[in-house]
Amino acid sequence: MKSLMTGNEALARGAWEAGCLVAAAYPGTPSTEILENLATYPEVYSEWSTNEKVALEVAAGAAIMGARSLAAMKHVGLNVAADPFFTMAYTGVNGGLVVISADDPGCHSSQNEQDNRNYAPFAKVAMLEPSDSQECKDFVIEAFELSERFDTPVLVRVTTRICHSKGIVELGERREAGVREYKKDVKKYVVVPAHARERHVVVEERLRSLREYSNASPLNRIEWADRGTGIIASGITYQHAREVFGDGASYLKLGFTHPLPDQTIERFAAGVDRLYVIEENDPYMETFVKSLGIDCIGKESIPACNELSPQIIRKSLLSDEPGPLYSVDTAVPARPPVLCAGCPHRGFFYAISKYKDVVAAGDIGCYTLGMAPPIGVTDSVICMGASISGAIGMAKAAERAGRKIKVFGLIGDSTFFHSGITGLIDAVYNRGNIAVAILDNRVTAMTGHQENPGTGVTLMGEVTTQVDIEGIVEAAGIKAGNIRIIDPYNLAETEKAVKEAYNSTEPFAIISRRECALLKDVQRRKRGYCVVVSDKCKKCKACMRPGCPAIAFKDGEVVIDASSCNGCTLCLQLCKFNAIVKVGE
Amino acid sequence: MVKSILLVGVGGQGTILTSKILSAGLVELGFDVKMSEIHGMSQRGGSVSTQIRYGDKVYSPSIGAGEADAMVAFEKVEAARWLAYLNRGGTLIVNDQEVYPLPVLIEKEKYPSDVLEALKSTVENVKVVAASSIASGLGNARAQNIVLLGALVNALGLKDLDWERLVREHLPPRLHDLNVKALQAGLSL
Repeated sequence: MKSLMTGNEALARGAWEAGCLVAAAYPGTPSTEILENLATYPEVYSEWSTNEKVALEVAAGAAIMGARSLAAMKHVGLNVAADPFFTMAYTGVNGGLVVISADDPGCHSSQNEQDNRNYAPFAKVAMLEPSDSQECKDFVIEAFELSERFDTPVLVRVTTRICHSKGIVELGERREAGVREYKKDVKKYVVVPAHARERHVVVEERLRSLREYSNASPLNRIEWADRGTGIIASGITYQHAREVFGDGASYLKLGFTHPLPDQTIERFAAGVDRLYVIEENDPYMETFVKSLGIDCIGKESIPACNELSPQIIRKSLLSDEPGPLYSVDTAVPARPPVLCAGCPHRGFFYAISKYKDVVAAGDIGCYTLGMAPPIGVTDSVICMGASISGAIGMAKAAERAGRKIKVFGLIGDSTFFHSGITGLIDAVYNRGNIAVAILDNRVTAMTGHQENPGTGVTLMGEVTTQVDIEGIVEAAGIKAGNIRIIDPYNLAETEKAVKEAYNSTEPFAIISRRECALLKDVQRRKRGYCVVVSDKCKKCKACMRPGCPAIAFKDGEVVIDASSCNGCTLCLQLCKFNAIVKVGE
Repeated sequence: MVKSILLVGVGGQGTILTSKILSAGLVELGFDVKMSEIHGMSQRGGSVSTQIRYGDKVYSPSIGAGEADAMVAFEKVEAARWLAYLNRGGTLIVNDQEVYPLPVLIEKEKYPSDVLEALKSTVENVKVVAASSIASGLGNARAQNIVLLGALVNALGLKDLDWERLVREHLPPRLHDLNVKALQAGLSL
C-alpha cells in the first residue's frame, strides 16, 4: 500500500515496522511529529520526556534491557543529550538504539544552524541520512539492524526539508523484534575508567568494521550517467542536485554517511572529470574527500549559510540566475509572527514593559516573542533554560558595575521542567538577586500543544500526576513570602506582583498561570469577546499598546475583530474611558 | 513534465488543509507528488507557504523564484510578497481579503490600498476570488480555503476527479455540506 507521508510520519512508520518498543522525545521543531506519530501505534511505548537527555537515557535504558528503542530531537536537543550519546557509543547496545537528529538549515524555527553530522565522527557512531520520505522509513529500519549488528547507537540525521516534506511511501508490515535477553555485564555497561578504557578499544575496532561496511552498503550508490560532472550529495541536497543536473551528471548518492566510504568515493572520483560536493552548512563530506587527496569543488562555491535549493545550486555552480521576475511597486508590510489574541503572556509582558531599568533574560517558547515590538521586553534568548541561569550572571555582573537594574528571568512551564529547575536552585544557592517569572500556560505551546509534566496527561493519553510548579519553586528554596501566583488576565494583580518582584532584594518567583488561549478546551469554553463603544472612545490607543492582533485602527476608529478576539479583557482593563465592553458571555 | 504550485497566506487561514486535499487528489490521479510546508513560529500569525510539485517523477520539493506555474494567495498582500516566485505566464489566484499584520496594526507600516490593481496590471493570468465573502454567504467564512481549492483545481484543469469525496474524507461530517458547497462555488468560477 502507498501513502503520502511527511518525513516525520515515515520515520515513525519505519520505527514501528522495525519492531520498536520504546520511544522518547522532547518536542522541538522540526522533529515533534515523529513521536506524535509513534504514539498512534499502540505497540510502541511513547513518551514526552522532560528533556532530550532524559529522552535518550530512557531509550538507552530500554536498549540495554533488550528492546528496540528510539530517541528523537531537534538538532540543539542533541547538545542537551550529548552526554549519554557519547558514552552509549562506548557501552553499545543490546536491543537496537536509534537516535534521530532533526537539523534546521535556514533556522526556520531554531536559534542556530548547527550541522549535527559532525556529532557522528565526534561520538564515533554510525550515521544514516535519508533523502525523502520513502528513505526515512527504510533507513530507520536499516538503522535498527545496523545498531544490533555492530552493537552501536545509530544516528539518523534529517533536516527540516525532509521532516516537513511529503512524498509517496510504500508501506510494510510490522516485524516484531521482541525484547532480547538481558544479562548483567558490568564490563560493558558500567563505564568506570578501567572498563571505559577497554570499551574505547572496542569503539575503534567497530569504526574499522563500519568503514568497511560503508564501502559495501547499498545505501551508498553510484548512479553513472554523463561522466563530465560527478556529484557527491546526501539527504535533501541529492534531490536538489538531481533537479538541477538531471542525467547531465553522475551521482554518488550517500545514505550511510559515517564512516564515509573511502573506496567508493575514490572509485567515483576516478570516473568523472569534475567533482562537486554539494551539502548544506558545513563541509562535512568535502573535508573527508579532500583528506583522501581528491580535488573537488565545494564550499568555495556553495554557501555555508542557510538552506540550499535547486535555484541556489544552479546559481552557485552554473552561474545560472532566474530570468526576469514579476514584481510590483507596492510597499509590502512585514508580517512577523506575533503573540496570539488573548495570549496570556501579553498581560505579563505589558506589566513588565513599564520598567525601563529591567533587563529580561528570555527563553525558548512562544514567549520568545516578548522581544518583538511593541512589547520589546526581552533582552536575550540563548537556549532552553538559559533565562534563569543567564539572569544570575547578568545580576552578578551588574552588581559589580554598580548598575542600578533589576534582572528578570522569563521561562515557560515546559522549559522550566526541561532545564529551568537547575538554574532556580543555583539562584537560591548562590543568592542571585533575580526575579524569575514562570509563564505557565499549561501546555508546550510553541511546538503545537504537547503534553508536559504539568498537564496531568501523558503523550499516550494516560492521566498522570500533575507535577506541582509552586511546590518545586518552594522546595528549591525560594521563601514562601517571595512567591506569587497570579492570573495574567488580571492586570492589577499582575502589576502588583511585578512591582513586588522588582523591589525584592532576594530571589523572587512569579508563577503567571493561565491556559494558552488556543487550547481546544479553552476555545470550546470561550465565552464572549470585546467591542469598542465608539462614542466613548477617545482614540487614545492605550488599548493598542500591548500589540494585540485583534485590535486595529481602521478608518479613524479603533475596532476589535470579534472573530479573532479571545475575550482576555486586557484592552478593557487598559481603557480609562470605559469604551471597551465584553459582550456575548 | 513537473508542475509547481505555491500556496501562500497567513498562519491560520487553512493553507495546510488545502494542500493536503490537493496532494491527495494528485496522488489519486497517478502523479508523483512532493509537498513541502515549513511551519513553526510562523503559525503565530506570520506569513506561511506550502509548495506542491507533481509530475511523472519529482526530485526536489523546493520551488524557487520564477518557478511556480500557479500560485494561490489566501491574502492580497501575501500575493505581492511572494510574486517573484510565480513564473512569467503562470497563473495567479488571489483571495480578495485583507489581514492586517501587526506592523500595520501598531501603525508602523501601511497596508497598501492598490495591491489588486498592481497585481492585475503586472500578471497576465490573474484571477481575483472573493473566497471569504463566498464562504460567508454559504455559512462560514472559514471555508474560504475550499473555495480557493476549487478555483485552483479548475485553473489546473484537474476537474476529472471526485474532489467532493476528497473534501469529505479530510473533514468531519458536520462540515461536509458547507465545504462541498464551497468547493462547487470554487470549481464554477
